[in-house]
Amino acid sequence: MSEIMMEARSLHRRFGGLRAVSDVSLAIHRNEVHAVIGPNGAGKSTLINLLSGDIPVSEGEVRLGDREITGLKPNLRAMAGVGRSYQKTTIFMGSTVFENVRLAAQAKSGHALRMLGAVQHDDAVNEAAHAAIFATGLQARSGTIARFMSHGEQRQLEIAMVLATDPKVILLDEPLAGMGQAEALRMIALIRSLKQDRGVLLVEHDMDAVFALADRLTVMADGKVIASGLPDHVRNHPAVRTAYLGDHEVAA
Amino acid sequence: MNRLQPSVSRALLVFAITAAAALPLLAPNYYVQFASKAMLMGMVALSLNLVVGYGGLVSLCHAAFFGLAGYMLGFMTPESGGASFWLSLPVALIAVAVVAAIIGALSLRTRGIYFIMVTLAFGEMLFYLFHDTRIGGGSDGMYIYFKPEIAIAGLPLIDLEQTRSFYWLVLAMLVGAILLIMAIVKSPFGHALQAARDNEKRALSLGFPVFRLRLVAFVVSAMIAGLAGYLSAAQFGFVAPQMLGWHLSATVLVMVVLGGMSSVLGPVIGAFALIGLEEVLKSSFEHWKLIKGLIIIGIVFALPGGIRQLAELVLPRRGDEGPPTAGAPADGTPDPASRRAEAPANNPQAQTRGEFQHV
Repeated sequence: MSEIMMEARSLHRRFGGLRAVSDVSLAIHRNEVHAVIGPNGAGKSTLINLLSGDIPVSEGEVRLGDREITGLKPNLRAMAGVGRSYQKTTIFMGSTVFENVRLAAQAKSGHALRMLGAVQHDDAVNEAAHAAIFATGLQARSGTIARFMSHGEQRQLEIAMVLATDPKVILLDEPLAGMGQAEALRMIALIRSLKQDRGVLLVEHDMDAVFALADRLTVMADGKVIASGLPDHVRNHPAVRTAYLGDHEVAA
Repeated sequence: MNRLQPSVSRALLVFAITAAAALPLLAPNYYVQFASKAMLMGMVALSLNLVVGYGGLVSLCHAAFFGLAGYMLGFMTPESGGASFWLSLPVALIAVAVVAAIIGALSLRTRGIYFIMVTLAFGEMLFYLFHDTRIGGGSDGMYIYFKPEIAIAGLPLIDLEQTRSFYWLVLAMLVGAILLIMAIVKSPFGHALQAARDNEKRALSLGFPVFRLRLVAFVVSAMIAGLAGYLSAAQFGFVAPQMLGWHLSATVLVMVVLGGMSSVLGPVIGAFALIGLEEVLKSSFEHWKLIKGLIIIGIVFALPGGIRQLAELVLPRRGDEGPPTAGAPADGTPDPASRRAEAPANNPQAQTRGEFQHV
């Protein structure tokens, strides 16, 4: 079995009386896409927020490699190697593609508090930004202001920003949401390339994309894991078929 | 995106500084003093805008930093002569930095309207500390009979009792503060600060220490306000609790909004405009405050990007290779709180490309 990059150990998150996530354990392996699926309200986004540190856990443990990071704030987790995208695109709309990605690369460079010298002149940061833009295929759009790009390109840009922070693990929250067919295919290819030397957690509703990408699959419902394992195994799991996949199987 | 060409704005800046430096040779003393006062207000507005415009945090306690530094000069001025500039200024600024670090560390845990209220409360606490206790003469304030002495090895370097020398010192400090803020805005720190303003969650998930960024910006900003307060106390030879009150904080905020928050120089222009306007109206009308209010409302409606926008309407613009921006919303939103509330997606002021480079 390949190396575990990130691990959740019986995570719990309660919002008042609501158990948004209860007793969820899963592992993200190197060179693998671990997809998490489940109906709306299953706790998938909450799970990503617990892993990224956006929301503190109520109980349980989050590990990055052999390091425990449960108490780490989101910015420190990012510095430790956890990159994430949001369900709603969060890029800086008034800036160019390059400026967006450079900002991300700058965060990783650890010079966030440096007040001297213009940002444009940090060669290492510029290089990291170019590499991330190249990896996501946005080189032709480098000088374009984000606001003027298509939705699909904006999501690509968000991935480029995540890449520029040089993450070990990438958490993707519905990266295909709102995309057309062609855009979705491009994004699927991009996500497949992301797992090279990294671990990827993918929360997605598009089942075709999930089965095209997932090396491992976890199904959640009502905050709990109802099945987890290899896609073929999970696909035929009776609980999953009744709870969730049922109709789709036929359509697929 | 209608930014001035850098060469044009640089030339304008050099011209403005030259003209300002020549002023004391041409104008009577009263106006030189008045200009010093205006420049000091410009410095406070400039400092406040680092927090308000670039940090997206509306602070209502900057007068407290302004006044505190003034009182520090008062405490350090002996009965018989001027305080040493080299000693009293750093001590005053360090005192302001410590107080700002404490206020910032507590108030930056809140957001939006709560941040405004918490800073207001801290500012008022400092006001009442000087108003209701015997510290610094209570509500009567205290006189500073001698201006600080700038000397090297016992030899006086600049005589601040002279209106002109004092003016030149203030001008040099203002230019220095402007250059410092410009450098900060362009630096990695400045970009990170603006990213945190536009989308805090995103900035955090990229790895930026948002709280620390804001705290440093708050302290730097407070120190520049303190520098202005120190010089102001030296100029008038008097400090009173009103220097720390929220009235002044709010006035400075008006200067910032009036001048335009999306640039470094805007607030300085706003300060000059407001103080100049007051001066003119005061001498001509009995109910001048009423007229001032109407004019401010008029400017805010006519120029949502601040007075600085005027220059952009008149002067040549930098060519824009991007797609047409005709449909883009006006550059400039008067209220950073609401600006942060709406997602950056619809945010007309989110770091436009020019904003990283402009004057």
